[in-house]
Amino acid sequence: MSFEIVSSGFQHRQRTGTPLSQALKTGIVFGVLSLYLALVGVYLTFDKSWVVVNVLSMGRTLLFVVPLLAGVQFARLNRSQSRAVQLGGTLLVGLIVGGFTACLLPVILFGNLRVMFVALSSPLAKMLALGLTPVLGAAVLVAGSAAAALFGALLTVMSPTVRRPITVGLAALAVVALLQEVLQLILRGGGAAFSFITRGLFQYGGLTVRGAIIVFVAAALVSIVVARLRAPFKARFAELPPGAARFLRQAGIVILLAAIIFFPLIGGSFVAQVFLLVGLYALMGMGLNVEVGLAGLLDLGFVAYFAIGAYTIALLTADSPHALASMSFWAALPIAVLVSVAFGFLFGIPVLGIRGDYLAVATLGIGEIVRVLVLSDVAQPLLGGAQGILNIPSPAIGSFELATPTSLYFLTVCCLALATYFAFRVQDSRLGRTWMAMRDDEDVAQALGINLVKTKLLAYSIGAAFAGVAGAIFAVMLKSIFPHSFQLLISINILALIIVGGLGSLGGVIVGALVLIGLPELLREFGEYRFLLYGAVIVAMMRLKPEGLWPARIRRRETADA
Amino acid sequence: MEATADKSATPPAGGDLAGAPRARPGSGDGGMLGGLRKVKRFTFVDVVLWLLRIGVAFVVIGGAIGTLIKGRYEASQWVDFVVFGLTIGGVYALLALGYTMVYGILRQINFAHGDTMMAGAFSAYFAANYFKRNGMLESDAVIAMVVTVLVAMIVCTLVALTVERICYRPFRHVRSLAPLICAIGASFFIQHTFRAMYGSTVRSFPDTSWLNGDVSLLGGSMPVTQVLVIGSAAAAMLVLYLVVHKTRMGKAMRAVSEDRDAAAMMGIDINRVIVFTFTLGASMAGIGGILYMLVYKQVYFFMGFLPGIKAFTAAVLGGIGNIPGAMFGGIFLGLVESVGPALFLDGLGVPAPYQLKDAIAFTVLIMVLVFRPEGLLGERRAKRA
Amino acid sequence: MPDALLRTVNMTKRFGGLVAIDSLDLDVLPGTIHSVIGPNGAGKTTVFNCIMAFLAPDKGEIWFDGERIDGLTPDRVAASGISRTYQNLRLFRNVSAIENILVGMHLHLRTSWWSAVLSTRANREEEREAHREAERLLHFVGLRGRGDVLARNLSYGDQRRLEIARALATRARLIMLDEPAAGMNPRESRELMVFIRNLRDERGLTVLLIEHHMQLVMNISDRITVLDHGQKIAEGLPDEVKNDPVVVEAYLGTRKRHPAEHA
Repeated sequence: MSFEIVSSGFQHRQRTGTPLSQALKTGIVFGVLSLYLALVGVYLTFDKSWVVVNVLSMGRTLLFVVPLLAGVQFARLNRSQSRAVQLGGTLLVGLIVGGFTACLLPVILFGNLRVMFVALSSPLAKMLALGLTPVLGAAVLVAGSAAAALFGALLTVMSPTVRRPITVGLAALAVVALLQEVLQLILRGGGAAFSFITRGLFQYGGLTVRGAIIVFVAAALVSIVVARLRAPFKARFAELPPGAARFLRQAGIVILLAAIIFFPLIGGSFVAQVFLLVGLYALMGMGLNVEVGLAGLLDLGFVAYFAIGAYTIALLTADSPHALASMSFWAALPIAVLVSVAFGFLFGIPVLGIRGDYLAVATLGIGEIVRVLVLSDVAQPLLGGAQGILNIPSPAIGSFELATPTSLYFLTVCCLALATYFAFRVQDSRLGRTWMAMRDDEDVAQALGINLVKTKLLAYSIGAAFAGVAGAIFAVMLKSIFPHSFQLLISINILALIIVGGLGSLGGVIVGALVLIGLPELLREFGEYRFLLYGAVIVAMMRLKPEGLWPARIRRRETADA
Repeated sequence: MEATADKSATPPAGGDLAGAPRARPGSGDGGMLGGLRKVKRFTFVDVVLWLLRIGVAFVVIGGAIGTLIKGRYEASQWVDFVVFGLTIGGVYALLALGYTMVYGILRQINFAHGDTMMAGAFSAYFAANYFKRNGMLESDAVIAMVVTVLVAMIVCTLVALTVERICYRPFRHVRSLAPLICAIGASFFIQHTFRAMYGSTVRSFPDTSWLNGDVSLLGGSMPVTQVLVIGSAAAAMLVLYLVVHKTRMGKAMRAVSEDRDAAAMMGIDINRVIVFTFTLGASMAGIGGILYMLVYKQVYFFMGFLPGIKAFTAAVLGGIGNIPGAMFGGIFLGLVESVGPALFLDGLGVPAPYQLKDAIAFTVLIMVLVFRPEGLLGERRAKRA
Repeated sequence: MPDALLRTVNMTKRFGGLVAIDSLDLDVLPGTIHSVIGPNGAGKTTVFNCIMAFLAPDKGEIWFDGERIDGLTPDRVAASGISRTYQNLRLFRNVSAIENILVGMHLHLRTSWWSAVLSTRANREEEREAHREAERLLHFVGLRGRGDVLARNLSYGDQRRLEIARALATRARLIMLDEPAAGMNPRESRELMVFIRNLRDERGLTVLLIEHHMQLVMNISDRITVLDHGQKIAEGLPDEVKNDPVVVEAYLGTRKRHPAEHA
């Protein structure tokens, strides 16, 4: 029987009910979501940052974004209903969501749940009451929620020509507000012209009122202009000879890629550090994508190969009592890759006969055994135990040391480019087809003469090689390594990022890494909730968009078929 | 699965690319039934697997001999190990029941089961603290504990049913890795929800006078906690066994786990059976969570992970889908994990063998998945895929 | 009489207490269409599964072209020159039609994966040639121009054809077809009949066929083996088998077993 990685075809369709029952359901779902956000402390955490300084905090915005989304959802489900039903339903949805949230106020003020829920504190009460008295605040909260829901529904049903500028403007505002710290950092470094922009838009801690208006209006205008120009531009593009069109498209992609690749040069070392991490995760993602996305082998012990690459570099180059040699990084790198490959091969052998979900657990077990052994006193004399291995030198080209995040970032980009090219060629080759066949139906693949042992071990080994390179760079990035850096968490993160990008899709790996690793690093507010987010994202993607943000080639073709 | 490494044995002749038939090789193959050559080959995969078997056997036998010769442990210590193994094994068994029942019905691993247990342990912790503050934990211990257990069971059930609803129900008709990946996400989500709500500090079950001290039993003395844990686990399993074998719903459950489609055609409401199964499993996890908390005296967001994986190991050991098997597997794993480090590793001169307790459990997991995925107890539901 | 291409000797397969195949001796002569028929549950598909090494027979031997093949893994059985289709279509559903065929050609593609990475000339030429052959096979089974469609988006009949094309792509000498006419209308069955004859006459293949469609079986088979409860109850030319009272009884049953016949 085949194990399709991502479900396809049949999904349980939910029965649609009357508008009233849908309003109740939507209201309750989003109301519970709002309660959840309050309980895990999201509202309060985000209340510390501003969308517009001293006017609107992110927490308060979020408070109304939830009912707004509820309104959108309800309006989507009830497009065909009469205006009156839409209006009434949306109001009901907003009131329910607001009511749920407002219920927290008496709970905090009169109940005594603080022992259980740390987040239910008086600052939260103050925030929920919007700085007013509790009663008035609750009323405003509920009314505001209803208004937000109405606004959301209105956005959904209005004509796209009006909707697009508004949503684009709001989205731009949200992005600028979230990224304000990094943006200010970048702009400050950019000289007089940029500092003019900085002063115009920002003050310490975020956007000014004037800045917010400028961002919103500018983005909306751009969106209008783009919408106007799009049709004639498309027509022009269609008239071009196919060769030229393809050239233009490729040039566009190259420019976009170059912009992303060289962005850290402008962004300074903080941005470079973030991009370095993104690159390392993308490199590991490429490896896991070979195993899970192409060959259908769900490997939860993947972090082991990352650790093996890192430890090999440390043992071969570090200036530490545990070191076995004092090679240069460049000499040690191929060895690290080979060792990772060897372990990928070795760990692959026992699990050759295990399929599907059992395989996931078995590989998880292997990864955990590696971690426990590295941590233990048995391996302590060799690997340094919990204290890890320190003093790993930076790689050097001649006398130039790759010590800064920026230089290591470019090293990572080179490795990533190689890995991507490698994966790209392999996936369309005979081996890639074999993997896909095995993923779809192992027995049939074997009956067509495919040697499963060889095919599986190649997948494990190639996956391990990529992770080994990432581990090697990771070791010189931190200059010291500890077993605690190599937890199951990493395997799950990588799995999450390739799912978000789209299983089996090379572009998806990069997109996934940018979204799941890059964004939370840039947005400090998210830091605390990033793992929460990963869990939610995995579930949401599997349910709503199993093909990912950048679907693999084959899946895109399928949507073209339909 | 025997697989061969080299495929050069009978290379198909090149032939022309139009796909024309190959000429039959000369039929001078000296009598079909004449050659008694051995067909099955010994490949490097077999070599590695045999090395693995031999390695584990060496550790088990060599280590045991070494330890016994050294004689570092006294008889009473061995008794302690065994009793602790039974204690923790009982907890694993309770959790394993959840895996095994859900697997029987859905043919899916409920990856979030350990975290369900964690949620139960947390709620029990808060309930017990409430009773501690108003004094009932001392004065009306039985009522307080019954309520605490009920709270844990209810919370576990809510979590488990939500997971079923979100991660399993939508994928019920497709055979894919999607529900597993979804459940991995859910497991992560539950863990970090609790971390966000309660931080990553380790809390402990409130101290009570009746939990401390020893009871004398069969001429020796045992800590009250362990007696309590073993007793409760046994009682819970007995109740579960009766539910599954004596009630209508239990019969429906067994019918569905034999053949879902046939059961549906006989008028069994599959949804209700699945909900019932998750409820049963989660209730056991709730009790298991409390007992785990009593044994290890700690509650934190990641506490569900290790017992979860180990309980899954126990379920596979007993033959997944097999309820008495899960109980046996739990006890077996608990004993191996508790006695193993001293018995197998100490004798080999491994320093601080108890650090490797989890590695032993994971080795058992891998060995059973590789060599005996149908479990130690025979061949029920041996065929997968 | 020439040597058999495929020969099973005393092949037995049990599932628990049930004997699925009971001491079966089967000789498939080269260049023939050999059908295996029998009521449902007679063990026909189990025979295929044992030959293809999906199941290990409990007793007996399987010989193919003078080599003993029981105990091999399925990939090596395939490499020795046997290929099959499945009763319940088992295509690689998420892959395009032409890629399904290319996977089938795996056995006789020679260049390795690293030559694909380096994009060597040999690799590019082999790929080009392989695509060409795959197109030819698509054409042969009547799926010309549908190569880029995902297998699961093909119609049922087309999926059946694609599965046969994939089996042919291995360049096997023995093709085992498991109920290829299932779900086909009379016109399609007639086309299939011609198609199977072509496999034998034009491509010189040996065909082992499981089929319930009696007209088709009687028309094209060179030889027929009848199974019931895992035992061979008759074997011979179509006309001999058709009139064999044992076969008639196995199919229609005694009156005691099928009281409905009274009506």
